[in-house]
Amino acid sequence: MSQITLSHSEEHHEAHGHHHETFLSKYVFSQDHKMIAKQFLITGIIMGVFAMFLSVLFRLQLGWPDKDFPILETFLGKWAEGGRIKPEFFLSLVTIHGTIMVFFVLTAGLSGTFSNLLIPYQLGARDMASPFMNMLSYWFFLTACVIMIGSFFVESGPAAAGWTIYPPLSAVPTAISGSGLGMTLWLTSMTLFIASQVLGGINYISTVLNMRTKGMDFWKMPLTIWAFFLTAITGLLSFPVLVSAVVLLIFDRSFGTSFYLSDLVVQGQILPNEGGSPILFEHLFWFLGHPEVYIVLMPALGLTSEVISTNSRKPIFGYHAMVYSLIGITVLSFIVWGHHMFVTGMNPFLGGVFMITTLIIAVPSAVKSFNYLATLWRGNIRFTPAMMFAIGMVSFFISGGLTGIYLGNSSLDINLHDTYFVVAHFHLVMGSASIFGMLCGVYHWYPKMFGRLMDERLGYLHFWVTFIGAYLVFFPMHFMGIDGVPRRYYAFTEFPFMAKWLTVNTFITWAAIFAALGQVAFLVNFFGSIRWGKKAPQNPWGSNTLEWTTPVKHIHGNWPGEIPTVHRWPYDYSKPGHEEDFIPQTVPFSATMSSNLPHDFEGNPEAERLQKEWEVQNKPEEQKDLKG
Amino acid sequence: MSVKKHNFFRILFCVVLLMGLMIRPGVYAQTTDSTSTSTSATSNVASAGKDTSASAGKDTSAAAAPAAATSAVAPAATSSSTAAAPAEEVKKPIDPQVYINFFYYVLLFFLVCVVIGIIGKILRVYELTSTMQGKKGLNKNSVQGALFLVSLFVGLYGVYWSFEHHGGMAWHEAATEHGKRVDAMFIVTTVITTFVLVVMHIAMFSFAFIYRGKPKAKAYFYPHNNTIEKIWTIVPAIVLTILVLFGFFTWRSITNVPEDLQKSAMQVEVMGAQFQWTIRYAGRDNVVGKRNYKLTSTTNDMGIDFTDKASWDDIQGGEIVLPVNQPVRFHIISKDILHSFYIPYFRVQINAVPGMTNYFQFTPTITTQQMRDKLDDQNFNYTLLCAKICGAGHYNMQKNIRVVSEKEYKAWLAEQTYFYNDDMRKEFKMAQSTNNTNQTVLEGGVK
Repeated sequence: MSQITLSHSEEHHEAHGHHHETFLSKYVFSQDHKMIAKQFLITGIIMGVFAMFLSVLFRLQLGWPDKDFPILETFLGKWAEGGRIKPEFFLSLVTIHGTIMVFFVLTAGLSGTFSNLLIPYQLGARDMASPFMNMLSYWFFLTACVIMIGSFFVESGPAAAGWTIYPPLSAVPTAISGSGLGMTLWLTSMTLFIASQVLGGINYISTVLNMRTKGMDFWKMPLTIWAFFLTAITGLLSFPVLVSAVVLLIFDRSFGTSFYLSDLVVQGQILPNEGGSPILFEHLFWFLGHPEVYIVLMPALGLTSEVISTNSRKPIFGYHAMVYSLIGITVLSFIVWGHHMFVTGMNPFLGGVFMITTLIIAVPSAVKSFNYLATLWRGNIRFTPAMMFAIGMVSFFISGGLTGIYLGNSSLDINLHDTYFVVAHFHLVMGSASIFGMLCGVYHWYPKMFGRLMDERLGYLHFWVTFIGAYLVFFPMHFMGIDGVPRRYYAFTEFPFMAKWLTVNTFITWAAIFAALGQVAFLVNFFGSIRWGKKAPQNPWGSNTLEWTTPVKHIHGNWPGEIPTVHRWPYDYSKPGHEEDFIPQTVPFSATMSSNLPHDFEGNPEAERLQKEWEVQNKPEEQKDLKG
Repeated sequence: MSVKKHNFFRILFCVVLLMGLMIRPGVYAQTTDSTSTSTSATSNVASAGKDTSASAGKDTSAAAAPAAATSAVAPAATSSSTAAAPAEEVKKPIDPQVYINFFYYVLLFFLVCVVIGIIGKILRVYELTSTMQGKKGLNKNSVQGALFLVSLFVGLYGVYWSFEHHGGMAWHEAATEHGKRVDAMFIVTTVITTFVLVVMHIAMFSFAFIYRGKPKAKAYFYPHNNTIEKIWTIVPAIVLTILVLFGFFTWRSITNVPEDLQKSAMQVEVMGAQFQWTIRYAGRDNVVGKRNYKLTSTTNDMGIDFTDKASWDDIQGGEIVLPVNQPVRFHIISKDILHSFYIPYFRVQINAVPGMTNYFQFTPTITTQQMRDKLDDQNFNYTLLCAKICGAGHYNMQKNIRVVSEKEYKAWLAEQTYFYNDDMRKEFKMAQSTNNTNQTVLEGGVK
């Protein structure tokens, strides 16, 4: 027995702590946070491309409602007979597009990827608190993805009740065929997805709380970590509520309960359910649903804070304010869900209260965007593709956030609720802004993930096409909403007042196709650079955070020797008195005597004394000035 | 590395060129006789003269619409055209032209990619030669910074154009009393948000341009400034407080109608169902009769409970007709699933929820005719839409609304039919009598 352990440890020693890894344990059932991050990212990208393809399909229908596209019949069969998408399938496309984008791409693909990648790296941990749970989190997610896409191969079609799956439409298959097996699969998929999120979330929180390296106190954490940490808390508190909503819906659908159903006569058939209320579902759904938009947005804000600071070569302006506004957003996000329900029949007085809390949440958001601008001001901005996307993200955050002031106002919401104005609003502020945050992260941390650089020129092309395309698609939609065009309309042909929007719709579809094709630049760049990209140096962006102190080649446990100690906050860029324009977190103050500021010592008298002594020796003139 | 890439592009270009040549009809007809390529190109060439039995069919299909395509075309590849033709005619196979067109689009996109690739190469060559000659090449920071500046100007003009053009298409005057208050707030909000939008973008994109990276420059170390941060926390807070108060009182005035005004308003019930609206006017007593969804039948669509006498004078409206300047209280219910009662011109929306009644009270102020004159469009009508996803017919769930003078309204109402018509009366009486007999039997049994 002892012999065996001995030989094992010898072998261990020789391999420098590497386990013998098979293909399966390295690439498939990996428990390494870096590999899991890549798995999340690539799955997220595939799901994103799929959902984008769905959006192009329904945009074709909206752009040319009177035209046949016979080629569609080849792909879609009976759902597009004669080359024209059927109304029910149109609703399916909209539903699955929304579900995949919100949950699978922007929740799992974004925070799954970057929380996994950056939490251990930036905190100085060897891996996640529970690598096994981390692996489970990915596999639950992948299963959920497979089931969701699998619902396209069901005879009655995928779920078609909108991504919010409001019952009774989602509960009664006679009301819409997508509420048959397709909805069952949707609910199954979402339950697995939530399990994945909860497993991931617990892991992120425990890692941040327990596994920070020496010296890494909360106020030395990069904003990315703050964002992931608060996102994980938000997710952990809100996702289980969606499970309860989903489980009760499953009961209503399959076991004859009446949580959400009451007084229904569907297709001439009187249903026995009494006493339930769809409003209950709406409350449960939006109790997750609203925090969800911040779950989607906050990681993007965290990533862009880091990227904007690094590439402006300037500390992020108002680090504490940024953290407090993230905390403010987290707390407030739990008490604003009712703004989705102003006109649902919820007590109108409650609507007034939710309006107040909703507009309060605009304050921390405003502070964040002002701070971004202040960070750019007098910077030395390097336009890496990541930086371009970060700036684009701030632009979307501003223009999408401002329309939130309309929708958060219950009086204005009367006329704008469920119209294209809403579509424009959330596609800008949560869709485009978050996807830009995600892309910014991909471009910035690609060298860390794959050890190679992405092509810059393709990155610029990708940015401009996507940035312009997104505005061209979503900006005109505001006006359609103001005119009163409801969302999820299969065609604008039946109402005379919508006729004037037909040309605009065609234009939007062209813009959407343009932006969608632009993503090819990204896909080629992303997958091509894995193999053919330029070899990355260890710290390609001159960045301060810990992940850039790890070797380019991934090793198990991240750092070959001891985990580095952290001495300073992560934003010492262009500090006066220091030669280089960045000072990594691992550099102690004793090595940068010429650039230390009194503020750096946080009232540590010993350090202050040493600094003073040094200054007396090295900068006599300045000392005199100070005394004088 | 670069040599490899260079080769790759050259090969790519040759492949594209070759494919383009092959597909050109004339060339194809003369040269090809291989079946493998013919699948994609058959009907474009229309005949190729290979299979005489099928050629007639091909000719027509190439000329006519997809619906007219006979089966002879699709199976050309499988070369079993004649026998299968009549059976497959029902299935209407897809015209191969469709595939070719699709292929052309793919090819076009491919060509665009190649062109972009070539431009990229040219830029790279330019950069390399300029560095070789010791000149300063294009600084990427300057290029992108300038592009941001250009995009700022183009974007600002775009926003202006869109406000002017699309805004003109979208904006219309509210035709209700409360709508005017909503509109006032809308305009105030728009002014504030547009101002912030423009100022923030000017700041951001001009910062991006002015402070674009230069090799020798160093950024200004400026980690925080509490005064500035306080200012830009408090200012938005004040502006939002004003908007909140404004919004809150408007909202209360719309939704919180005093009870006596609720009762004195005209009562109308609207029931949403897949995919139509049913209108019930309360009649002389101005009380909407009770309903019980279990009574729903083919003759009693709303499930009205005729034991409640208030329902006897309820009137069915084929459309919604409202007298101008008179408050009306809508009772919104749903027969099956969620719908949303939405009238954009009235700034009115409330969901129709099964199992409960929602209310919306408002006063229309502009008659349909006045609005037609204002808009200079004699075909204009107010319409009721459904704004909550409700199934395949969601996009066409509408009801016409007419706002007319009191006199016209009365005249119209007199023409409408009662729900409690002769048939219903008979049915109801029969049900009533059987009920009664059941009752007596039951009571007798107890005794």
